[in-house]
Amino acid sequence: MSRIEKTFKALNEAERTALVTFIMAGDPDYENSLKVLKSLPESGADIIEVGMPFTDPAADGVTIQRAGQRALKNGANITRTIDMVKNFRSGNNTTPIILMGYANPIYSYGLKQFAKDAAFAGVDGLIIVDLPPEEDAELRGLASMQGLDMIRLITPTTDEKRLEKILDGACGFLYYVSITGVTGTAKANSESMKLHLDMIKSKTNLPIAIGFGIKTPNDAQEMSYLGDAVVVGSSIVDKIKDIGDNGGDISDVTTLVSSLSYVLGSRL
Amino acid sequence: MSASSYKNQPDEHGHFGRYGGRYVAETLMPLILSVEKAWNEAKYDPEFWEQFGDLANNYIGRPSPLYFAEKTTNHLGGARVYFKREELNHTGAHKINHCIGQVLLAQRMGKTRIIAETGAGQHGVATATVCALFNIPCTIFMGSKDVERQSPNVFRMKLLGAEVRPVNSGSSSLKDAMNEAMRDWVSNVNNTYYLIGTVGGPHPFPAMVRDFQSIIGKELHKQMIEREGRLPDTLVACIGGGSNAMGIFYPFLDDLDVKMIGVEAAGLGVDTDKHAASLNGGRAGVLHGMQSYFLQDEDGQIQEAHSISAGLDYPGIGPEHAWLFDEKRVEYVNITDDEALAAFQLCAKLEGIIPALESAHAYAHVLKMAGDMPKDHIVVINLSGRGDKDIYTVANKLGVKL
Repeated sequence: MSRIEKTFKALNEAERTALVTFIMAGDPDYENSLKVLKSLPESGADIIEVGMPFTDPAADGVTIQRAGQRALKNGANITRTIDMVKNFRSGNNTTPIILMGYANPIYSYGLKQFAKDAAFAGVDGLIIVDLPPEEDAELRGLASMQGLDMIRLITPTTDEKRLEKILDGACGFLYYVSITGVTGTAKANSESMKLHLDMIKSKTNLPIAIGFGIKTPNDAQEMSYLGDAVVVGSSIVDKIKDIGDNGGDISDVTTLVSSLSYVLGSRL
Repeated sequence: MSASSYKNQPDEHGHFGRYGGRYVAETLMPLILSVEKAWNEAKYDPEFWEQFGDLANNYIGRPSPLYFAEKTTNHLGGARVYFKREELNHTGAHKINHCIGQVLLAQRMGKTRIIAETGAGQHGVATATVCALFNIPCTIFMGSKDVERQSPNVFRMKLLGAEVRPVNSGSSSLKDAMNEAMRDWVSNVNNTYYLIGTVGGPHPFPAMVRDFQSIIGKELHKQMIEREGRLPDTLVACIGGGSNAMGIFYPFLDDLDVKMIGVEAAGLGVDTDKHAASLNGGRAGVLHGMQSYFLQDEDGQIQEAHSISAGLDYPGIGPEHAWLFDEKRVEYVNITDDEALAAFQLCAKLEGIIPALESAHAYAHVLKMAGDMPKDHIVVINLSGRGDKDIYTVANKLGVKL
């Protein structure tokens, strides 16, 4: 059983919604980013998404755009991101790590080498924003050979016909983009999402993680009833940006993550 | 010849060989598929082309003349040089051709808002123009650096009723304006049409923009037969994203005796880090919805382009050009800022035509090449735009204060 499967199984048995936290690799710099990464599981993160910085992140709002720029300025690249995961794995063999990013740096690194190196470092899954099902076959095949899950995305624009296409080849879990927009914008209306999610759940048994626009413990709690996991990104990244030179501290991040985890303590 | 025809690309998934495709966020996929469906229907609807043809003739002012540049020909003493005069179009460049086509499609799709990106402002002005004509609200994304250096075009867009949104993300240039337009589109999928300004972006945009721009090559074919009784020997066009070049090349791709040359912007030189030559100075990658050639560093991070011409200042190129480059059907060369600047001035003095700095790149290559060609060789330059918009840039370069 993969780390992702084990995690969802355990949480399901405990009747808890998983907390998925997003950080940008190398933000604000390698050392601090690694410290934050290592602190996340003990603060309550069940799954960690690690962003791979890119100069042209067309699906991201300004918070995550800037995180990527800070990381790139301080020398981040795929080699160092994979190295960071390897370092994390030396002390944690249970928390799933999902690498999230855009296609070009991966194509530049080499798809086959990337899948191999990521799997060897202990990565569990990939979310590549600009590889829709129409274009993901090559990387999905290579990833699958290495035991990596290519996580597919579902959005408010996904109708039943499109859903079939997305589910054909989906694995790990499904990432539900709850709004039509970029990361870090307004929260979705949970009422209107429910019908759509009910339709999706009738077609698949894969766990569903809900992301985009979830910032506070209140948001997380509201969304926790709709899916198997909630993803929090921009509000965590917002705390990370001040670590180091700007006087912020890692405890600002762990405090937020703990409070997010706390509200997800029970679904009952 | 490695392909049976050079005109049967892309395949049904929008791939030109390995290039092209639909590399967009899942949120946009249903919309991209609906644009494709609408385009496939419009493409075979005579009524659609009747509307297009009527506006092309009576609003744009087509067909654009084919002009024998006798002074240039005599000056060089070699090949006979012709200009395909796209600079005489309404709004002063070829961009209006695909704007008319796409606004008709947007209207067919029932879209009530249009967005576009622009670099020099030519595509932005053309988009604002057709949106005024069709009374559709439009928002133009423009890098804040370009807003500053192209202020006359910013004012023109505003006069035409468009909202111009300066983009400060990334490097604040054309590629970032395109990212920002994509972000807006993801956020407004239901009512908005993204009127892409070149033969780039996700499928079906590269093929669709090419098909609208092909009116240039089709007219040229007819005009050349009427004038010279034969096809031209060499076609020359400048390349940023590559829309004017695809427009003049495409109808001739299977006429293997017609040689084609695309001229990329070499900026300060392709061996420096300040150029915009994606084919000769970049490598294959994925950006803005397509697989193509891009300027990028060893980590696959996109690099800023540089050219004196804002319209060529883009770190990528349309996927069909990437394919034609690999297939060697089209030759891709480059011209520096200085060469383009000299050609700009020479064209003005010799022909009484001030070309856009973009088109001056094509003219500059012909200045290098045509003198050594036989006198019965026919070269056609796609004079894609007029240079009025560039007088501030050129004056500044020449140390003249306006």
